[in-house]
Amino acid sequence: MDGYTYSELGSILAMQGFAGFSLFSVLLLMALGLAIIFGQMGVINMAHGEFMAVGAYTTYMLSTLTETYAPSLMPYYFFVAIVAAFLIAGLLGYIAEFVLIRHLYKRPLDTLLATWGLSLIMQQSFRSIFGAREVSPALPDWLLGSYQPTDTIDIPLNGMFVLGLTTVVTLGVYYLMFRSRWGLRVRATTQNRVMSGAVGINTTKVDRYTFALGCGIAGIAGAAFTTIASTGPTTGTLYIVDTFMVVVFGGAASLLGTILSAFTIAQAQSILEFFISGSMAKVYTLLALVLILMFKPEGLFASKIRR
Amino acid sequence: MTLTHKFTSRTHASAPKRGFLSTLGMGALIMASATLFSSAAIADDVNTTGLAVTDDTVTVGILHSLTGTMAISETGAQEAEKLAIAQINESGGILGRQIKIIQEDGASDWPTFAEKARKLLVSDKVAAVFGCWTSASRKAALPVFEKENGLLYYPTFYEGLEQSKNVIYTGQEATQQIIDGLNWVAKEKGAKTFYLIGSDYIWPRTSMKIARKHIEDVLGGTVVGEEYKPLGDTQFGSVINKIRLKKPDVIYAAVVGGSNVAWFKQLKSAGITADKQTLLTISVTEDEVLGIGGENLEGFYSIMKYFQSQDNENNKAFVAAFKEMWGDDSVIGDVTQAAYLGPWLWKAAVEKAGSFDVDKVVAASEEGDIELTTAPEGYVKLHPNHHLWSVARVGQWNKDGQATVVYESELIEPDPFPEGYQ
Repeated sequence: MDGYTYSELGSILAMQGFAGFSLFSVLLLMALGLAIIFGQMGVINMAHGEFMAVGAYTTYMLSTLTETYAPSLMPYYFFVAIVAAFLIAGLLGYIAEFVLIRHLYKRPLDTLLATWGLSLIMQQSFRSIFGAREVSPALPDWLLGSYQPTDTIDIPLNGMFVLGLTTVVTLGVYYLMFRSRWGLRVRATTQNRVMSGAVGINTTKVDRYTFALGCGIAGIAGAAFTTIASTGPTTGTLYIVDTFMVVVFGGAASLLGTILSAFTIAQAQSILEFFISGSMAKVYTLLALVLILMFKPEGLFASKIRR
Repeated sequence: MTLTHKFTSRTHASAPKRGFLSTLGMGALIMASATLFSSAAIADDVNTTGLAVTDDTVTVGILHSLTGTMAISETGAQEAEKLAIAQINESGGILGRQIKIIQEDGASDWPTFAEKARKLLVSDKVAAVFGCWTSASRKAALPVFEKENGLLYYPTFYEGLEQSKNVIYTGQEATQQIIDGLNWVAKEKGAKTFYLIGSDYIWPRTSMKIARKHIEDVLGGTVVGEEYKPLGDTQFGSVINKIRLKKPDVIYAAVVGGSNVAWFKQLKSAGITADKQTLLTISVTEDEVLGIGGENLEGFYSIMKYFQSQDNENNKAFVAAFKEMWGDDSVIGDVTQAAYLGPWLWKAAVEKAGSFDVDKVVAASEEGDIELTTAPEGYVKLHPNHHLWSVARVGQWNKDGQATVVYESELIEPDPFPEGYQ
């Protein structure tokens, strides 16, 4: 390594480390909502990416509205947008569960087709409402640019923001699932639906809110990703494969598994990409995943569900 | 033939009702049919192969993706084609015929392009098709155009290495864009080291192959990195760190689609901006800037043949007409302008040939003297190799999403099969 000082190499190492963490937070945020729906309910939600797009479009709409009617509030609108994205995506999820999903609980594979159909419907709706072109919300200034602890280190602000948001959402999900009475009901329903019903848990209601929560979190992820990439009608399809990869590799129904899986995949991908080319890094990561899943088909953490 | 048959039968059918007026009616009908026959003869003259040409209309096809992932890019192209056709109709049409459009949706799916092309050529018998955007869709539809002897006007800048009798390429091929851009950046910015990055499919890979050859063999520079990211990938953190490590004089980029937006947003947030780093891209037009955001591109360069901000009378009229038809918010990118040329080039060739027959139109096009002095990009001429002579321009992006043209080349001869670059 000629021509480089140790401090320069150190800086790049630090930034590369952050790139890995940034990818980790992105993957985790995408996967959390799906982990809840797939893990707790066994529903294969192919429209997960579209619920993320709902969040992203909500952010875009709010940014446009703020820019037009209250430009002075631009620095703050993003927080409102995250909450709105959660609520709107959650509400749509609630409706989708009521209209579509609840009729298919006994036929889990059919949910795959039904939600895929739903994803197509949603894509075409985005196209009709927002047009085919990709859009980007105007971001508040504090999300643009980089943080420079030293002269040679640039840490992207949007990456730090997504990392922070992911931490908050993960803690929130952990609290909801493992420290609240509602989470207790969800887990009870997952472990034994009939028994839960017998002890007085309204399992239908639990299902509906679980699905809505998963979609709402997808909405948050979508809002967060507007800081990284643009939003188009088919944006969701870009994320769905990675999302399923994280959830399946982590082992369904395990929050810790999802976190570890996102971390492993992100670091592997990010480090490999530094040394070999982007496409090949993806190939090796996927190859390793396939091999591990061959020997450990239930994923990193096996779920303890009574089937 | 069918015309005669229709007329006789109608006369018979209506004769009994007409009563005493029938003689008069017959006379009128005979006169009418006589005039019809004479103009039908003209229609035969200009159309010997059974295309959808009548005495006062000619039908053409537009084949772009209106749905799916490519709709973003192809919308502008089909809007420009419709504008050109509307303007031609307004000015009296082609050989006295108004142009009618049949539009089909390629749906961002390459086999669909082939299927719809067949439908347009075989059942609709269109005289020409304006369409396709990606190389993949063109490659899929090409065998259909060759087999059915159709005529396709293809608007996108592309990797070259193709020349079909049945296609007129109105965008620039690789050498008209890549080589001149590299020469410019080497001369103006003194660039010696280059980092190549693109999306992982045929166009960026072929383009980068040509770029690498030119950098190493002609410019005497070095390629310090060559990187391809999967289509749709939005994570560029590691690549950006690699670029920081290599410190190239120029980043040479051909990233497309959603990845493009992520790439420039992340460059900006990683602190790699135009004041510290020269970046030249072959994949950003005004259309892409709309998604990327001008603030993320400010100061970077694109090499194209057309920019919306070009200051000439043709372009001013074109931009005004485009906005009037498609709304004030419309932006016009390189491909949109190239698509606009298609119908005009076809009109010129048809009028030169005096016929809609594909063979005659192609022969007229191949004489190499069809030119458009009214092209928004300035002036273009059709080369016998089916590509256009065109000027390469370097534009520097501004915050408002428009570019300032900082360099214009001479008129470059198209060379789809450049020697030494394959």
